[in-house]
Order: sequence, then structure tokens, then C-alpha cells
Amino acid sequence: MSKFLEVNNLSISFPTEDGVVKAVDNMSFSLEKGKTLGIVGESGSGKSVTSLAILGLHKGSTAEVSGEILIDGQDINAMAENDVRLLRGKVMSMIFQDALAALHPYYTVGNQIAEAYLVHNKVSKSEAKKRAIEMLDRVGIPEPQKRVDDYPHQFSGGMRQRAMIAMALSCNPSLLIADEPTTALDVTVQAQIIDLLRDLQKEFNTAIILITHDLGVVSETADDILLMYAGKAIEYGTVRDVLQKPQHPYGWGLLTSIPRLTGDPEKSLAAIPGTPPSLISVPSGCAFHPRCSYVKQVGTACSSSIPDLLPVSAGAHHLVRCHLDTAAREEIFRSQVAPKL
Amino acid sequence: MNSILKVEGLTKHFPGNKHSLFGKRDVVQAVDGISFEVAKGEAIGLVGESGCGKSTTGRLTTRLLEPTAGTIQFDGNDITHLSNAQMRPIRADLQIIFQDPYASLNPRHTVGTIVASPFRIGGVEPEGGTKKRVQELLEIVGLNPEHYNRYPHEFSGGQRQRIGIARALALRPKLIVADEPVSALDVSIQAQVINLLKDLQKQFDIAFIFIAHDLAVVRHFAQRVAVMYLGNIVEIADRDTLYSNPKHPYTKALLSAVPEVDPDAVGSRERIRLTGDVPNPINPPSGCRFRTRCWKAQDICASSAPALLQIGTSQVACHFPE
Amino acid sequence: MFNYLVRRILSGGVVLGIVSAIVFGIFYILPADPARLSCGKTCSEELILKIRHTLELDQTLPVQYGRYVKGIFVGRTYLKGSPAELKCSAPCLGYSFQTNQPVTQLLKDRLPATASIAFGASILWLLIGLSSGIISALRRGTWVDKLSQGVALGAASLQIYFVGLVLQFIFVNKLAWLPTPGYSSPLHYPLDWAKQMALPWITLAFLLSAIYSRLTRAGMIEIMGEDYVRTARAKGLGNRTIQFKHVLRGAITPIVTVFGLDLGGLLGGAVITEYVFNIPGLGKLSTDAVSNLDLPVITGTVIFSAFFIIVANILVDLLYAALDPKVRIQ
Repeated sequence: MSKFLEVNNLSISFPTEDGVVKAVDNMSFSLEKGKTLGIVGESGSGKSVTSLAILGLHKGSTAEVSGEILIDGQDINAMAENDVRLLRGKVMSMIFQDALAALHPYYTVGNQIAEAYLVHNKVSKSEAKKRAIEMLDRVGIPEPQKRVDDYPHQFSGGMRQRAMIAMALSCNPSLLIADEPTTALDVTVQAQIIDLLRDLQKEFNTAIILITHDLGVVSETADDILLMYAGKAIEYGTVRDVLQKPQHPYGWGLLTSIPRLTGDPEKSLAAIPGTPPSLISVPSGCAFHPRCSYVKQVGTACSSSIPDLLPVSAGAHHLVRCHLDTAAREEIFRSQVAPKL
Repeated sequence: MNSILKVEGLTKHFPGNKHSLFGKRDVVQAVDGISFEVAKGEAIGLVGESGCGKSTTGRLTTRLLEPTAGTIQFDGNDITHLSNAQMRPIRADLQIIFQDPYASLNPRHTVGTIVASPFRIGGVEPEGGTKKRVQELLEIVGLNPEHYNRYPHEFSGGQRQRIGIARALALRPKLIVADEPVSALDVSIQAQVINLLKDLQKQFDIAFIFIAHDLAVVRHFAQRVAVMYLGNIVEIADRDTLYSNPKHPYTKALLSAVPEVDPDAVGSRERIRLTGDVPNPINPPSGCRFRTRCWKAQDICASSAPALLQIGTSQVACHFPE
Repeated sequence: MFNYLVRRILSGGVVLGIVSAIVFGIFYILPADPARLSCGKTCSEELILKIRHTLELDQTLPVQYGRYVKGIFVGRTYLKGSPAELKCSAPCLGYSFQTNQPVTQLLKDRLPATASIAFGASILWLLIGLSSGIISALRRGTWVDKLSQGVALGAASLQIYFVGLVLQFIFVNKLAWLPTPGYSSPLHYPLDWAKQMALPWITLAFLLSAIYSRLTRAGMIEIMGEDYVRTARAKGLGNRTIQFKHVLRGAITPIVTVFGLDLGGLLGGAVITEYVFNIPGLGKLSTDAVSNLDLPVITGTVIFSAFFIIVANILVDLLYAALDPKVRIQ
């Protein structure tokens, strides 16, 4: 059975003055309706570039996109710009990190929501405005018939992100991509937005791709996690697989280095040494090897050959891209990582 | 308490917009009458959401801003209204680290010049010469001392933050105000900088005011934590009490809003969801400023502002503490 | 908004007052003696004294300035009580030394020609500048863009007195397609008016549309990189809607600002254009006045153009508020 969204061997590269930059390299993942995939990575890991490709937004730019992006069996990457355009906002839509920048400052919030509804529905302007009010009400904006005529700068940060969600969901899309939707918000507002997304997903059976660097946010919202590093998927599995039994040394590092509300606060955090690589000069072999503490156990393979993304054990859906063998990884996790979690 | 910093009734009102020709100008009540003390060598955390006044507090205590009212005593001296010239000798003991490691370093100066600037400004000649001392400082913060002649753009974000830390350390200050020192950094880099600051605090016995919006980060750094909301301190307690037994409803809500990394713990915690956003500091709610979002609010909350009172080992400003 | 407008008008008045005081001060402090200048070639000491009294130059400078300002608002009377009493009704800016005509009348006579140049040219340069800028931005990097921006760069670096004379040589002297530039009343001779104004319009528009083209192109390219344009694409909007409703709307504000100021400046006198084409406008009036040291006319034209620039500034701010809800709602 084919899933609602299937991405196969997606690669995206940009020509720059310093040569071709491979922002995304051979990514494959899939998603069913009503489920959430969290794509996690640091700046420059390729997570945002991937999401733009799913909406076909690299078309018309210098980016070179290869591979398949199948939505309901249709390959977005093979389609003409004008055909993809008709799907944007209707079948798949997107919300962004900075809602203030993502809304046009000169048009009212209602106008912008109605516009999204009007492109894909043959209705009158007043019906579209009614839809905008209905959507604002649905995402929890108080007095929607009044606020519909406000400009984005008259909304608070949390309300703007709600308005973005209202706009993205106005045509009932099957897929919503949320690119760091809560990063710019305060914690108490972040919690509200996460709840809202979860409720709406239940109501409309939307598939959500959540792009974030925050492991707490994915843990609270996602079903599956795809961990990215330097343009490659390095670990892929269910939330429980990746957050409770992580298999990649980068995942270990992330989990043990983030400060938490539990555990001994006096113990120093197990920081990952070094810095994330720039895409212009990605290290040879495994891109993480210069920061990895376990290279010694493998030898030269780490710096000379790129490991494949393979099942943790035969037939498992938990995939990892690491030269360490399963037994060694399990031993390290048991003795060195688990005690720090 | 043998305090290095004592702040009483500290207030900062910024002028806002004017609405009519002869009307009154709006007043943004960024910080409104807060009091706290920092002991020598102590690390205190200042947490709160945007607009709560935590950064303004940091700038007031380092006298980068002129307070509207209240007093600031640093190391026994009243520095509330000292001029820039009068502050100069005191700055050696009172330093600040900023959030944005890109904007806070002059791009046209070498790292050596940047880190040595406190010596130059203070007119101090360190033992063994400036260069030697700067290289020592670079080594202390984990940078290669040979990179003395490089420019800020040649470093990554985390390394730049280390340069800022080296500069703050140069004159061996007694108090460092760190204003969101890790929030602009990638996740994998944050831990490095938190560990570094923590080591330095212990090694040199420096008092810290650690300002952050991230409760988990503060927990790993501060021994005592003050929670701010709309220009007021609503709760101060030692770390363990505050995180395990929060007494102010806002502190409770803030803690419950932190997303949980462990999927098994996600459902198990008590969830408190505040409604709405933080109100505008131009026109804050009467009485208790938190009452508009508080599930415990009664009539008294609108009529009288609760004072910060001792309850057990915590100080709480609430009519109905937990 | 109303308060804001009142505040702007008041502060505009203050600026105008300061400008007039400075201009007045400079010219009356100059070593050139206005009485001698106004006296002409056959002049005697006696006559100078008489003129000095007529022009009230025997008063102190503040008194002179006070009467000058009073003249603007309520009019003034020279040589009160004497048989030669001269009433100058408001707004009175004095009399020209050269022609003895009231300065106000001179300004009134010359304004239509200048306004014709300014409005005609501005419509032309907006049309050409905006459309070529939009096309360049949308076809960035193609030969159309390169050609239009190359022409714009070249045009922007030329000067009116060069382009104007070359065009006049070609179209008037060689091809004889157009009459010699000048000014006829558009009410009575609309066709002549248009033909005579054609060269000044084309010349000014040629140079200014280059600037507007570059401004439009840069503004649109900047806006195309904004997050909200990405949002518009993500909504599934068509290219036309994105380019005009979202991008151009976002880029238009700075263009409107520059346009308002340019137009205000031109209304005060298209000095070089009028001089080159010998058109009897305000610019020509002021250059002539300067070469003849006709002080009342100089003062009058300077105050008049300052007035236009201040009005243009206020209008631009109002337009800004109309265009940008953030400004409007504050």
C-alpha cells in the first residue's frame, strides 16, 4: 500500500560561487494522513530546504532537485510549476517560524486568509471573508468578526501564528508543513500552539511535517522522527525509537547535552564537541566523524566512506547511518548513554 | 547575606507613543519596583517570557540604562545614578555578556583587541603584558590562543560567544550579567557554553545573573531563581524548591509548558495551559498583573497587587499561593 | 492622524519661517546695496536716499523682516500717508527691482509653465520608470533586464543641459518635428502647449525615469526575497497576483516617497530645464533674478520653492500613512 506522502531519494543542490552545495542528499521518508513526522536538525542540516521542495517551491530557482516527491501518487518534482501551484494551499500548505515576516504587512489578516481560500474555491469575496472569520474562530482568535480586519502588526506573536495556521488550513489541506512554528514564541504560547495543531490534526486528519531543532517539541507532537545532519538523514524511526533508544552518536550527544527539568542539575552537560559543518566543506566520510567520540572503535572507515542508512536490526523500521555495528552501539548506549539520560 | 548586589524598588519606565497633540505620552512599565539580592559568588537565574523585563533588569543593574526609581547597591556602593565616568572604575567588577554573539563584537577589531579592550578602557596594564593575559583568557574560554589576530567573522557562533566571555572575564569581575547567552546558539553548542560559564563561575568565584527564557537552561546554571512577569518578580526561591515546589501559579504554568523530551513522560505531567498572551506593559492589568491569565484569580487580585512575601523558603507575590 | 497632520502643518510653518528669515537675512546683509541696484544707471545720491526710504531700507533688519512677513499675511503699504502711497495686498512679497512688478504677480505668471513641465514630465517618467523597472525585476538576469538597466545607468549619468541641447538639435533644428520649446496657455492653445512642452518633458523624463527604473527594480527584487512572498507562493497564488498584489505593493512605498519629493522640488522651478529650453517658468525667473541681483524676486522664489517642498513632504507623509497601515494606526 502506498502512503499519502512518499519521498524517494530526494537530493537538492544549489550552485554557488564556491561550487555546488548539496543541501539535501538522498533523503527518503513517508507519511500517512493523520500522522506527524518530525524532521530534526540544527541550522544548515537541510530540514527547511527539504520542506520547501515538498511544496515545489524550488521550481523557478537555481536549485537542482532530483528524486521523487509523491503526494497521493502524484510526483510533485516531475510536475510543471502551474500544476503544482494548484495543489499548494489546497492539498499541501505551510506555516513558518516568523509569522510577522510571513504575513504581508499591508493587507489585513482577513484579506490574506480569504485570498488563500479564493484561489482554490469558486466563491464570492464575502463568502471568502466569512470563511476567514470561521477559520480565525476555529484557531482561537477572540472576536474574530472584529479581528478579521486587523493588520498583522496589531496581533500578538501567538495570535499571528494562529492566523497563519488559519490561513494554511482554510482549504482543508491533507498535508501541513510547519517550519519551526513555535521557535519564535514564548513557552506558554508555544504550548498553546502545539495543542492547537494537535487538535486540528485530529479534527481534519491532516498529515503534518514538523520541522524543528527542539527535541521537546517533537516528542510532544510527532509519531516519527527523522534526524538530519549536514544534509543527510542519519536516523529515522518512531519517536520512542529515536528518543528512547537512539542509535546514532549525534542523537546520543543531543539527548545528553540538552538541559532538562529532571535529573541532577549539578552534573555538567555532556556537550558535543566542535561545531556543525558548513555545507560548503562537509567532512569526508561520515559528516559527523570530526565530532564523534567513537571513531576510534571503527577506524578509518568513518573518515573515508559514507555509511548507509540501514535498519538497526533485520526488518526493523528504525534506521541509522553509522559505521558502528549493532552490538557495539547497544553496548555504548547501555553503558555510556543511558545513565546520562 | 554577604551580598555583592542589592536592588531595591528598581523601576524603569520607557516613554512610549503620544496619542494626541497635548495628551500624555504612553509609559511602558518595563520594570516596576523589583527587589532582589545576589550573594558573592552566587549564580542567580532570572527567567520569564518576552516583555517581562528581565533584559531591562540586566541592563539596569549594569547601569547601561538609567533607572527611573529605586536603588542599586553594588559591592557596598550606591551606583543607582552614577555617571558614565563614575561607573568606569566599577565596570572592572561588573560585566555583561550579550545574547547575540554576532552583533556584540566589533567586526573590524581582532579578537586580541576585543578581549584586551577592558584593559585599555580601564587603563590597566596586566602583569606580564596585555598580550600574554589575553592569550591566557582565550585559553581559559577554550579558544586557541594563537587566534589572537583573527577577526570575529572567522569564528562560529559558539566561538564568538566565547570571545564575549573572555572579554567579560578580563578584569576578573565580581559579577557578570549574562543576558540570554546561549539562546542564539545551535542546540549542540549550547551545552558547551553553559558548561564553560558554570566552570568559570566556580573556578573564579564570580557571581552571575543569568537571564534566560529557557527554564531548563537556568536550572543547570543557577542556585537561586527569580521568575518575572510583566515587570514584576513573582517568585524567588532556591533552585530545588522552585522547580519541585513552585508556589506562584505563573511559575507552575511556565514549568508545565516546557516540552518534555521523554515521550513516556509527555502524558504523565500535569498540564496547565494559560490562555491568551502576555498583556501590554503600557497598560498592565490592575492589582496582580498575572490575574488576566490566572485560573485562581478572585476579586482581590484585581483590586490589590500582592507583595512579595516569604512562604517557607520561597518569596512569592500571590494572593493564593500553592 | 488629525493631530499628526496639525503637528506637521505647524512644524512646516516654522520651517518656512526659518527659511524666509535666513534668506532675508543673507540678502540684506550682502554688500550689494539694494537701493543702488534698484536705482538703475542714471542715479544720484539723492535718489538713492529716496529709494532707501521708499523701500524702508532705513529701518533696522528685524523691523524690515517683520514688515515683510506681515506683508505676506495681511499685505503692506509703502510710503504711508505720502502721495506716492503704494498698496501691496497680501500675499505681498515686495516689488522687483528690475521691472517694478509685484513679486507675487511674477510668481503667479510663471507658475503655470513650471507646473506644466513638472506634471507632464512626472507622468511620463513614472510610466517609463515603473514599467521598465518592473519588467527588469521580473526578467532579472535576462537581456531585457541588462539592456534596460544599462540604458538606465547611462541615462542617469547624463545631464539635462547635454541631453536637452542634443535633443533640441535633432528634433527641432534637423528634423523639424517639433517647434522651439516655449510656453503657450494650455487653455487657449492646447496643441501648441503640448508640442512646445514635448522636449522638456522628454528630457526630464529620460533622466528621471532611469532613477525610478533602478529604484523599482531594486525594491521589487528586495521584496521578492521577503517571507510574505514565499507565503503567497505557498498559498498557491498565481504569478501575476504575487507580482502585482504582493511584490509591487510592498515595493511601492519608497517610490512614492521619492516621487513626492521630486515633484515638490520641480514645482519650485525646474531650474536647469527651463534655462536650457528658455521656458518662462519659476526656475527661469529665479536664475534671471540671481544674475540681475533682483533681491525681492530671489527671496520670493526661494520662499515659494521652500513652500512647495514642505507641502510635498507633508503630502508624502500622508501618503505613507495611507499606504502603510502600521504608520496609519499609530
